[in-house]
Amino acid sequence: MIKAILIFNNHGKPRLSKFYEHYSEDTEQQIIRETFHLVSKRDENVCNFLEGGMLIGGSENKLIYRHYATLYFVFCVDSSESELGILDLIQVFVETLDKCFENVCELDLIFHVDKVHNILAEMVMGGMVLETNMNEIITQVDAQNKMEKSEFSSFFSLYRRLSFSLPGRTGRHRLVLQVPLLVPCLP
Amino acid sequence: MALKIVKGSIDRMFDKNLQDLVRGIRNHKEDEAKYISTCIDEIKQELKQDNIAVKANAVCKLTYLQMLGYDVSWAAFNIVEVMSSSKFTYKRIGYLAASQCFHESTDVIMLTTNQIRKDLSSPNQYDTGVALTGLSCFVTPDLARDLANDIMTLMSHTKPYIRKKAVLIMYKVFLKYPESLRPAFPRLKEKLEDPDPGVQSAAVNVICELARRNPKNYLSLAPLFFKLMTSSTNNWVLIKIIKLFGALTPLEPRLGKKLIEPLTNLIHSTSAMSLLYECVNTVIAVLISLSSGMPNHSASIQLCVQKLRILIEDSDQNLKYLGLLAMSKILKTHPKSVQSHKDLILQCLDDKDESIRLRALDLLYGMVSKKNLMEIVKKLMLHVDKAEGTTYRDELLTKIIDICSQSNYQYITNFEWYISILVELTRLEGTRHGHLIASQMLDVAIRVKAIRAFAVAQMATLLDNAHLLTGNTQRNGICEVLYAAAWICGEFSEHLEDPLSTLEAMLRPKVATLPGHIQAVYVQNAAKLFATVLRGQEGAPADRTVAQETSQLLIDRLPLFVQSANLEVQERASCILQLVKYIQKLQQKDVEVAEEVTALFAGELNPVAPKAQKKVPVPEGLDLDAWINEPPSESESEDEGRKPKGKAVFAKEESKHTKPRYTEVDEKELAKRREVRKAEQANNPFYIKASPSSQKVYQDGVGVEHIPVVQIDLSVPLKVPGMPMSDQYVKLEEERRQKDKADKKKKDKKKRREKGEKGRRRKGDSGPESEEDITPAHMVDITTEEMPENALPSDDDEKDPNDPHKALDIDLDKPLADSEKKLPVRTHRPDEVLRSPVDDGEGVEVVPELKKKSGKEKKDKKKDKDRKKSKEEKKKKKHKHEEGENLMGAGSEVPVQSEDSNEVAAPPPATTTNEASDLDFWLSNAPVPSNPQEAAKVSEAPSASTPEAVSGMAVVPPDSEPEEAKDTEPEDTSSKHKKKKQKKEKEEKEKKKKKKHHHHHHHSDGAGDESVQNGNVEEEEPLPPMSNYALLAENSYIKMMCDIQGNLQDGSQVVVSVIFENKCDSFIKAMEFNVLDSLNSKLQRPEGAGPHDGLTVPFQLPPGISNEARFVFSVQSIVMPQKLKGTLTFIVKTDDSSTHEKLDFKLHFTCTSYLITTPCYSDAYAKLLESGDLKGSSLKLEGVSQPFHHLLARICFHHHFSVVERIGSCASMYSRSIQGHHVCLLVKTADQTVSIDAKCDEPGLLGNVLDEIKLTFSQC
Repeated sequence: MIKAILIFNNHGKPRLSKFYEHYSEDTEQQIIRETFHLVSKRDENVCNFLEGGMLIGGSENKLIYRHYATLYFVFCVDSSESELGILDLIQVFVETLDKCFENVCELDLIFHVDKVHNILAEMVMGGMVLETNMNEIITQVDAQNKMEKSEFSSFFSLYRRLSFSLPGRTGRHRLVLQVPLLVPCLP
Repeated sequence: MALKIVKGSIDRMFDKNLQDLVRGIRNHKEDEAKYISTCIDEIKQELKQDNIAVKANAVCKLTYLQMLGYDVSWAAFNIVEVMSSSKFTYKRIGYLAASQCFHESTDVIMLTTNQIRKDLSSPNQYDTGVALTGLSCFVTPDLARDLANDIMTLMSHTKPYIRKKAVLIMYKVFLKYPESLRPAFPRLKEKLEDPDPGVQSAAVNVICELARRNPKNYLSLAPLFFKLMTSSTNNWVLIKIIKLFGALTPLEPRLGKKLIEPLTNLIHSTSAMSLLYECVNTVIAVLISLSSGMPNHSASIQLCVQKLRILIEDSDQNLKYLGLLAMSKILKTHPKSVQSHKDLILQCLDDKDESIRLRALDLLYGMVSKKNLMEIVKKLMLHVDKAEGTTYRDELLTKIIDICSQSNYQYITNFEWYISILVELTRLEGTRHGHLIASQMLDVAIRVKAIRAFAVAQMATLLDNAHLLTGNTQRNGICEVLYAAAWICGEFSEHLEDPLSTLEAMLRPKVATLPGHIQAVYVQNAAKLFATVLRGQEGAPADRTVAQETSQLLIDRLPLFVQSANLEVQERASCILQLVKYIQKLQQKDVEVAEEVTALFAGELNPVAPKAQKKVPVPEGLDLDAWINEPPSESESEDEGRKPKGKAVFAKEESKHTKPRYTEVDEKELAKRREVRKAEQANNPFYIKASPSSQKVYQDGVGVEHIPVVQIDLSVPLKVPGMPMSDQYVKLEEERRQKDKADKKKKDKKKRREKGEKGRRRKGDSGPESEEDITPAHMVDITTEEMPENALPSDDDEKDPNDPHKALDIDLDKPLADSEKKLPVRTHRPDEVLRSPVDDGEGVEVVPELKKKSGKEKKDKKKDKDRKKSKEEKKKKKHKHEEGENLMGAGSEVPVQSEDSNEVAAPPPATTTNEASDLDFWLSNAPVPSNPQEAAKVSEAPSASTPEAVSGMAVVPPDSEPEEAKDTEPEDTSSKHKKKKQKKEKEEKEKKKKKKHHHHHHHSDGAGDESVQNGNVEEEEPLPPMSNYALLAENSYIKMMCDIQGNLQDGSQVVVSVIFENKCDSFIKAMEFNVLDSLNSKLQRPEGAGPHDGLTVPFQLPPGISNEARFVFSVQSIVMPQKLKGTLTFIVKTDDSSTHEKLDFKLHFTCTSYLITTPCYSDAYAKLLESGDLKGSSLKLEGVSQPFHHLLARICFHHHFSVVERIGSCASMYSRSIQGHHVCLLVKTADQTVSIDAKCDEPGLLGNVLDEIKLTFSQC
């Protein structure tokens, strides 16, 4: 079982949080902070597994994370998940984001957290892995987006297109936030 | 209308959308909270509008704010509104918001039931998908109950996209509504073979998740998973299955044997590291499960270790980490093979990655030996010095202690060294493990008598330098060791060189800053020391002044403790103070007091095992929960809880729990008082404030002048003289060993000279020092901890009662009862009554097809039975090949099932009754003694055994190990044979005995003694007479009594012994006994007789005489009781006439009559229960007043059981059916209630037997 999926940046700002068990908002924030502290103090070239923080079940759970450019992707899982499998899953997740957003960078996640949630929902459901095939995920996500578009008149689509093209790409933090998460050639 | 929409959308243009909100927050870095609160106000406004688009936009923003930590539960109702929008876009927003912030206590959730049901059945697959995804996050028990049926239907949806989601969410439904598991399971199982790989993967996922918690219920799926494992190419699925097998193998060693080969193949062939790693892991699990009693699979271990070494040596830190993790699993069972990689592991201790260092530490635990312990600990101590983080350092500390103390200090050869290590560890700053060190000190000092002198000396130094440790007064801080030090010095004060100075050290005013529980120990042990000082000095009358000075010292210093805020300290101190004052008086009168004072502390405390208290058996008839007096009122009991309980300061376990609370309270109270005082002082213009360094704590004390000025000797070196460094010991030890070795060599040489040739070979081995060569430095006697006399051996740790998975421990192999075949549907309220599906009237209304279905189900069941029957026939005809093929598929019933279940709404009938035996068969390519049926058959029909075994071999899958199978087989059968023979002999003897009795008188008094023999019950009390002969029929001429017994000779026979008694005074002859055969049971007639011919009773009866005749019946199914109608015809011959008479009777073949008393050894019994092949059931009998041994005797006698073991009011019993089913009972009794837990591999049979047992007891 996956207990939680967290994405935060190098400064600990949450970019997405998905908890598959209920916690209060305060606890959730504490877990994010705790996890950030555990993960961020680790060097780049150490292993990607560590025991979970006290708040999210302690040593019964494992944190499995990957660090891409400015973002940490952290999965908190219990013993039934394969460590290396989850690492692969994170990679699939990021690659899927990359396909859906075209050269995904932190900025995309900041402004379209709802879309990221929708993509994630096609991969993991209720803490269990639903689909690992990237093409299948993208097909389903695209089909739903298409449906969404078809529900609106041309008026709306104009509006939506406007609002989509607007955000951030001209912002102050452009350089930092627009580092593509995926380097073209991955090991 | 259109205008409204346009207007709404124009409105919306001016609203902030999510992107605007995010941008706004980013632009208001300084006053983010303020900005967000205005945004929330805006959102509240937006939510008040009618336009759903505006609402959806608002909810979307709320979801974002929720992520930032804002509570948005106030908008729950609006979220529900958005969820129920007809537009997918909004629906998705609503469900996302709900999945992020709804939980079980969200009250609006109950409004969503119908909406979700509607969405689930929506023609648009994405509506359904979004609803399923959302539901998976916030499903509640109510929702699970109400929607279980809808979701179950979706499991057979045409779109794989929906199917896989429906399958996955079932896991959540099971968790919240465990009753749904059994009805839904057959369909879930079907999905394992779904054509779509995604659905298949989801089903594997769910079953693995279920099986992980309650593996034994899923053993029967092993063949299916095995097939998947060998056929699937999806690594995700493979990993899951392989992990699942890892959980199953401990339950079924035969499975492990079967797995090893395919797994090794995978290890060799796969390129995916993740798969390789899981394979290695499962192979390890298999090896662990096989390690007992199986020949070594050294090749497999070698392969695993070798692969792991490759992982550990990899530059990828992840692989290194996992390699070490898996190594630690091997370590437990095969430490030798890991130890050869010690170099690699020690190397990992220096890794820059903390996670890897921690894993390596775990491994060290198993690497130590007497030889290298000191060396390894030395290395660790170096790491302790170097470590930066306190967590890692604490981890090192616990590891050092773990390593040293493991298996009762097995590897420690020199306890002086160990004590020094512990003392060195006390120098760690900021450690949380003071308590651990303290308990080690206490443990060693108490249990290793030889070390006490040394330990006391060390502790005295510690006490003397206590100020070095007291910097850290936090709980569990290092000052805890002073607790141990003080106690050791006090308790073993006879070993102290200078008790007086230690006493002085313990009474320094600084002590008052220590936590209360430590002070209490100080005070108490000061008194002990005082006693020692007195005793030491009274011998020499010249030193009488010293003794008096000591008393004065105590009298001077103790008042400080009398004022302590801690109750325990206060109480002890004032007691001792008064005592010392009294002693002083006596001393002034020159009275010898030493002896009396010493007597206060006489006697030695023995170490008590931590679990000892728990293990004291509760005496029979004592109910610990019962009130002794009437329960007091609420408030009173609360007070009682707060009152300090009698504390045993010296029992470490207890004190650990109680103490912290006191210190906390104290500190709080002190802080409060201090606050009040400070406020007072601040307001008092005449108060001259003290310098901050003065001892505040004593300021309000009465006897300030009593406090002597303590000279703090700042020049005390950190390395206290007399405090030996542990390193010294390492050197010493080495020297000692060298010497020992040399000595030994000398001896060896001598021996060699004597023995000539033999010695030469030994020369080769003497290179590496073997474990046995190392002798401990001094003879150490490690006292074992005391246990209560008749402690129960049970060592089970209770499971967490709140674990939701506990409710899912449901037997899935039992066929579904009619009432279970449908899920209860739709209730408005969580109503207990409605939970029972049978009474669910409303449910029937809503899903009428289900009701119809149940009739059909019955038919199915019948068919099933027929099928079973025909199968058994086949068995008899030895069509084994066909059967084997069926079983290999493990789903032999599946095609038939799908034929039957053309209606979607009802789950297919479970046909798993045969599954356990299927599993046996599947696994039986290497028969193991625990395979019940096989063994039974082999022994009972020796002539048939060979073809059976051969055919068993023939269907073995290609990857089996036939050689091994052959190896084990012959031994097995022969040993079984022997046992069986013995059993038979015994049985026959019994029968003879029985016969004798019966011939004399029917209501034999000997029955009692027989049952004693049966049940091995050795009670003096005579048992009431019992007889199994029951009245069959009676008229004025004749009386028939009968007893029905299973026949041992042939598998499916029942012998009916009938006693005919002539009641009239005429002669009865030509008796003919006839029974109307049923399909299942047939009277065995002589060859040539027609099926309706009667059997002639081979005797005539003179008046008043009785005689017994036996009739043999062949029976096919023994699962159900049977009734057979029969007639006895006879001729009554009087002097002048003869008349034909007849008597009708009904033979009742109870299930009990199919059972045969079979003795069973307790180990075989345990094995049988562990095998997991048996299904359970239970029974409760109320108001049974007879003594337990009578009860057992009754079960033994009437139901043909034998007692396997009896402990107190609990007994395990065993019996076997004529067809080889095992029936196991666990009978427990407690005041008039008897509970029987039963297990059998044939649940139908078991149910009926239990019913019959119940009947037996209701009659008496």
